[in-house]
Amino acid sequence: MPQNEHIELHRKRHGYRLDHHEKKRKKESREVHERSHKARKLIGLKAKLYHKQRHAEKIQMKKTIKMHEQRRTKQKSDDKTPEGAVPAYLLDREGQSRAKVLSNMIKQKRKEKAGKWEVPLPKVRAQGETEVLKVLRTGKRQKKAWKRMVTKVCFVGDGFTRKPPKYERFIRPMGLRFKKAHVTHPELKATFCLPILGVKKNPSSPLYTSLGVITKGTVVEVNVSELGLVTQGGKVIWGKYAQVTNNPENDGCINAVLLV
Amino acid sequence: VEPNVRGRMSSEDVERLLIQFQDEDGLVLGSPFDVPLDITPDKLQLVCNALLQKDEPVPLAFFVRGEAEVVSSLASCVKALGVETEQVLPVVYQPQAVFRVRAVARCTSTLQGHTEAVISTAFSPTGKYLASGSGDTTVRFWDLTTETPHHTARGHTHWVLSIAWSPDGKKLASGCKNSQICLWDPATGLQIGKTLTGHTKWITWLCWEPLHLNPECRHLASSSKDGSIRIWDTVLGRCDMILTGHTQSVTCVKWGGDGLLYTSSHDRTVKVWRAKDGVQCRTLQGHAHWVNTLALSTDYVLRTGAFEPADATINPQDLTGTVDDLKEKALQRYNKVRVRTRGCSAPERLVSGSDDFTLFLWNPAEEKKPLARMTGHSALVNEVLFSPDTRLLASASFDKSIKIWDGRTGKYLMSLRGHVGSVYQVAWSADSRLLVSGSSDSTLKVWDVKTGKLNMDLPGHADEVYAVDWSPDGQRVASGGKDKCLRM
Repeated sequence: MPQNEHIELHRKRHGYRLDHHEKKRKKESREVHERSHKARKLIGLKAKLYHKQRHAEKIQMKKTIKMHEQRRTKQKSDDKTPEGAVPAYLLDREGQSRAKVLSNMIKQKRKEKAGKWEVPLPKVRAQGETEVLKVLRTGKRQKKAWKRMVTKVCFVGDGFTRKPPKYERFIRPMGLRFKKAHVTHPELKATFCLPILGVKKNPSSPLYTSLGVITKGTVVEVNVSELGLVTQGGKVIWGKYAQVTNNPENDGCINAVLLV
Repeated sequence: VEPNVRGRMSSEDVERLLIQFQDEDGLVLGSPFDVPLDITPDKLQLVCNALLQKDEPVPLAFFVRGEAEVVSSLASCVKALGVETEQVLPVVYQPQAVFRVRAVARCTSTLQGHTEAVISTAFSPTGKYLASGSGDTTVRFWDLTTETPHHTARGHTHWVLSIAWSPDGKKLASGCKNSQICLWDPATGLQIGKTLTGHTKWITWLCWEPLHLNPECRHLASSSKDGSIRIWDTVLGRCDMILTGHTQSVTCVKWGGDGLLYTSSHDRTVKVWRAKDGVQCRTLQGHAHWVNTLALSTDYVLRTGAFEPADATINPQDLTGTVDDLKEKALQRYNKVRVRTRGCSAPERLVSGSDDFTLFLWNPAEEKKPLARMTGHSALVNEVLFSPDTRLLASASFDKSIKIWDGRTGKYLMSLRGHVGSVYQVAWSADSRLLVSGSSDSTLKVWDVKTGKLNMDLPGHADEVYAVDWSPDGQRVASGGKDKCLRM
């Protein structure tokens, strides 16, 4: 392998040998014979390796040839109209087969009994205390270590006032406080920026729920009065649950999916 | 002073009451006069007809203070409402249809022939022909007198999703899942003109221009999943206008009687367009999810055109008369439905039903804000339909119930329960007294709207019922579904 362009440079200055191109052509055509000679005469470990490699090559070649053949022949497009004709109002909806409906009903009953609720992200990585809370040293000799600072995004309510600084144990920095979340409606596939009403449950620990820490997988309540949803009785729905789908401390915004 | 007066308001022997007849818009008829409390609706009808001074007595229904209907006698209404007998009581009268449609009771025949599910059925405006579109890509015409197949129209390459009769009954337009529209002649079953192509995704709805705007029945509006609406000239076989503006699939298009087009879409809006130049007039917003269906108060009149159901004969005939005659008749019928207070016409009302379980009542020609929001369903609303006399509104939903609402104010009237599967489609009888509904539980039910009770249960289909239609002359109901049969 040449380390520099001296070969090209020589070629530019002095040109090629007179028989260069012929020699090249003939060498290439001899390659086929050399290959077959190798394939026949190799023995031992080298043979095994070579045959394995050649087998893989042949499979790939066959696939490409078949693809090219398909392209060349004009395939008569599938004439048969698909089964399951459905009227226009049912077209964009996924119908459920009846067997599925029954099994779903049974599954739901079991889940309700167990107290498990369906959320888009059922399992999330649990965040340890060392990750979420940073120790703040205080005192004349910086020996006391009872204060903690939250390193993740959190939500504090409207009427939040800090405790007197001397006594507050958990510090939630203003820079990490968020009020709005980008909530996606799973069926409409549209995203709205909605104000957060509160943190319902943080899967890692009830301590984080009470502090208002928002990490991936947290269920928050958002204000959906903008969407115009209405209950059966005609009352306007103004709060709904949504689950956070990203790591807000990394992205700088809270993305959530609405739980319908 | 009567000896048996003990403060009881409803001592029916003696008490009399002052009533005043009013029509639906509050116009007073005659002067207040005295009637005994036990008067029945028949006698009230005689009195009212005498006051109206019409040539023929018209059947009427009476509502005390516009709310409670007088069913057995005035006394029961008064007791129920707790009305003071000292003051003049307003009684609103409503003329009912002169003819009565009998409830369909039995299945006269099962029309087989389709090799795949029947997706759409429609009677022609006079009730003479029946057409059905199906998943086997054919449109079949059926002979109603012998109830046998008449013609099979082949030409589509995919499921025939929607069919629409022209208001004069001479042409049928059908749209398929491959976004093609074909026109057929019902008498011969052959295609008229060439296939109209232009849409890029499947056709969701077809609607003809009303007869009184153009008696030749030339223009056809089609809506598609690609979000555009095209207006086609069927004589020349080309697209006249393309209306774009919706960002998602357009689910329904209706051509109003004033030259306005109404379209609903999955992008949660309803748009109003001017048909002449294709300019968008208004966007009606308010729904929180896909808008599935639209209904106009003048739907029935625009569908039947110049055909008057009261003149129907046992054997339906084609519309006769010159083109101008038909236009005149259609215009007259249209204006009759719209005339309200003091001779000036009330605008058409539009109802939209959506996946957010609610319906909105709009006055699209004038306002952007809805007149009423109708809530109550617990699953998506699949179809809404005004009754032919525009007084009532029926909404069919996937929560297995049908709700009846007042057509003018949007007030909830009653729920019709009985189906065990989602209700897919409904159809009104021509006299607005009966309603038939088809559902995914494979039955059809006929409901009496006055009492809110089930009139007749029509089982017999083997699988889900996808399409229901009542003929405009009220004689027959056709239903088709997944079991590939059409039942009459």
